[in-house]
Amino acid sequence: MTYVKKFLSDKIKTVPPSGIRKYFDMVIGMDDVISLGVGEPDFVTPWHIREACIYSLEKGFTSYTSNSGLIELREAISDSFHNDYGVDYNPEDQVLVTTGVSEAADLALRAVVNPGDEVILHEPCYVSYKPSIILSGGTPVPVSTTRDNEFRVSGEQIEAAVTDRTKAIILSYPNNPTGAVMQKQDLEEVADVVMEHDLLVISDEVYDKLTYNGKHTCFSSLNGMEDRTILLNGLSKSHAMTGLRVGYAMGPPGLISAMLLIHQYTMLCAPITAQMGAIEALQNGEAEMQAMVREYNRRRRLFVTGLNRLGLDCFEPRGAFYAFPSVESTGMTSSQFAEELLHQQKVAVVPGEVFGQSGDGFLRCSYASSLDELKTALEKIEEFLS
Amino acid sequence: MNEILEIIEQDPKKDPSEIALLTGYSEKEVQTRIKELEDSGIIRKYKAVIDWDRVGEEYVYAIIELKITLGDRSGYDTIAHRIASFNEVRSIRLISGDHDLSLTVRGQSMKDVAFFVAEKIATLDQVQSTVTHFVLKTYKEDGVPLFEQEKSRRLAISP
Repeated sequence: MTYVKKFLSDKIKTVPPSGIRKYFDMVIGMDDVISLGVGEPDFVTPWHIREACIYSLEKGFTSYTSNSGLIELREAISDSFHNDYGVDYNPEDQVLVTTGVSEAADLALRAVVNPGDEVILHEPCYVSYKPSIILSGGTPVPVSTTRDNEFRVSGEQIEAAVTDRTKAIILSYPNNPTGAVMQKQDLEEVADVVMEHDLLVISDEVYDKLTYNGKHTCFSSLNGMEDRTILLNGLSKSHAMTGLRVGYAMGPPGLISAMLLIHQYTMLCAPITAQMGAIEALQNGEAEMQAMVREYNRRRRLFVTGLNRLGLDCFEPRGAFYAFPSVESTGMTSSQFAEELLHQQKVAVVPGEVFGQSGDGFLRCSYASSLDELKTALEKIEEFLS
Repeated sequence: MNEILEIIEQDPKKDPSEIALLTGYSEKEVQTRIKELEDSGIIRKYKAVIDWDRVGEEYVYAIIELKITLGDRSGYDTIAHRIASFNEVRSIRLISGDHDLSLTVRGQSMKDVAFFVAEKIATLDQVQSTVTHFVLKTYKEDGVPLFEQEKSRRLAISP
């Protein structure tokens, strides 16, 4: 075992293991756990989308597709952004279909980062950005968002983190793990800094459809940002298609073609079955998607109200499907809280520090569970606290 | 308003206090709105979907399609109302295509249903012909699947 380690690259040794693994290992093997630790919808992919996948298999769609993805899918993606946000991407050379958004984020970083380049990211955030920056040869520069600012990142914070080595910023709103959103004026502040310091933005907006009480603003729709943004998105959250792995990147042709170069030599193309399902989702999936959003919203109201009643202070999350309550009132650390809660009441949550140091003292609770499960979880947390 | 209806359609037994929590309305508002919806006839009735097969109750259902010859002065409504008044008739619809009316009939036995059609429906002046389809098995009723749903396959913890 120790012998083979000498074969490992120096770079991989600098990538920290995911903090989420520890909690996964703890839960595995336990029966009857109510898990609020899941970062994916509890809905199964709507049937009409699954049916489209099955039908494509029956018709013999089992080949490679164009490296960029099926043109029908790229057109459907392009149309949906035109309709939803008024932004225009040419399906021929500005849209790249990837195997999930994670691949798209990796491609974007590898396409633009030189050794020693700094990439600013706001924490707490999705667990893969930091390692992806390291693997691309860059240096992650985390900026901490806070409860006081409802986990939004400010232009000032980014400005303060900019050096002459800064290449790009990763934005991810609506945010996993906090459920935070950024309003248009918040994003404009960031755009000003981007313009002033000649930066690039990689904006992961995979939760854009899951916003409550307010419409999402697409970063590239801001004045002057179209040429400075690599927009990442996918169908995992909006259409409950996580395991099918369909994401995409959109941006200036010169950047998308560089990402395509890496993609064609590594991934080749996203799975055709999933791409066929994605076309169906974008063309005919609006009604079922809206029904899921309404259901998340009900759960969100019930769950966040419940947490606050229990004294676990929680700001109103307006996006994604996460609540991010503070455990300060309990006197416990977030990892103590999570471990004890799991062992005593069999409710699984993920401590906030897994998503970055500034998440310490908070818990990520996913409300992508049925109302009954959420109610039971709240009762069990109440019992745990009493 | 539609939000409340969507919740009640799924679960008519849900408490107004919980509906308030789910929608962001106050409990009082929810109660008032539900009352309005009931009074105005938007909410017609609260009903349970029952899988009678599981109870062991041997109900027989049939879908019956009718061709209608309209009389001089009366339209489809008149004959449809007349047929709808039989207790055996669970639903009745005016449809497009080869037939005019489609009804669902429930009886205690196939004989029961057959006699009902022969004696009460086929004998009506406006009924030109009938086609009876006996129901062998019901898989989904009013949006509710009557077969076991698969359990979630999600991992307990994921990023």
